[in-house]
Amino acid sequence: MVTCKDFLRELNDFLDETTDPVLRAELEKHINECPNCWVICDTTRKTIQVYKGMEAQALPDPIHQRLMNALAKKAGPGKGGSGCCGGDAH
Amino acid sequence: MENEHPEVSAALEPASAEMLLVERAKRGEVAAFGELIGKYERRVYRMARQITQNDEDAEDVLQEACLKAFEHLDSFQGQSKFYTWLTRIAVNESLMKLRKRKSDRTVSLDENIETEEEPIVREIAVWDDNPELRYSQEEIRQILDKAIDSLKPIFRTVFILRDVEELSTEETAEVLGLSIAAVKSRLLRARLQLREKLTRVFKRKGEQILGYAK
Ligand SMILES: [Zn+2]
Repeated sequence: MVTCKDFLRELNDFLDETTDPVLRAELEKHINECPNCWVICDTTRKTIQVYKGMEAQALPDPIHQRLMNALAKKAGPGKGGSGCCGGDAH
Repeated sequence: MENEHPEVSAALEPASAEMLLVERAKRGEVAAFGELIGKYERRVYRMARQITQNDEDAEDVLQEACLKAFEHLDSFQGQSKFYTWLTRIAVNESLMKLRKRKSDRTVSLDENIETEEEPIVREIAVWDDNPELRYSQEEIRQILDKAIDSLKPIFRTVFILRDVEELSTEETAEVLGLSIAAVKSRLLRARLQLREKLTRVFKRKGEQILGYAK
């Protein structure tokens, strides 16, 4: 018998679909009979989905520019100073 | 089989196209590295911002992580995805910032939570079918950010890596220097805490509790 406490403990694996089939069947049976756990499971799944679905906003231009400048500076004239093949290798 | 020309880059899988960029960057081509970074900069920045909760720190993290990645590109062997490797560097930078800024105990990722009581569930209510009809994208974004910001760093960071950046449990454990069990228990708490907060916003109005919809 799966209790609500058991269900909550297994919720992550249940949502990530990493539970073994026997346990999974028992957990499924539980949420079909237990409205509370069904709602908890459903709203937790939606919580994860809503975060996953949120795209990262484009980087503000000045931040992108400063990043590219920092990279260019790093790779700049001093490049190859410590490495094997200098900039004029080819 | 005879129609395949693996040297034509357009026909390559995205992963191999990316490895080509990595190879070119390893030979010192900054443009190739810039292209690699361009694909992920917004995600790295967002992650750094969510962990540090500070715009300035997030920009520092982004820059430092990218410069370090460029500098140590030789040590990237390609067993993991480039993005995972970059994320690992950025998470470490973020955590250092966090520790520097608030040098109090709440920042510790090693905090022993195993002694705490069971995860708590208070709000049990179904959600509106279409919250996006009631809120704009921007409002939803703010609601989500606010909910994440309210979590303790140990929960926030695990959730961001697992459920936002979609690292595996093993990768998350490795990046944070935690055991798999610790990642799992923190993730459960984080998910339930967020569920709790979002339910207060997204629950179906007028219905007290329990839409037993099955
Ligand atoms: Zn139950």
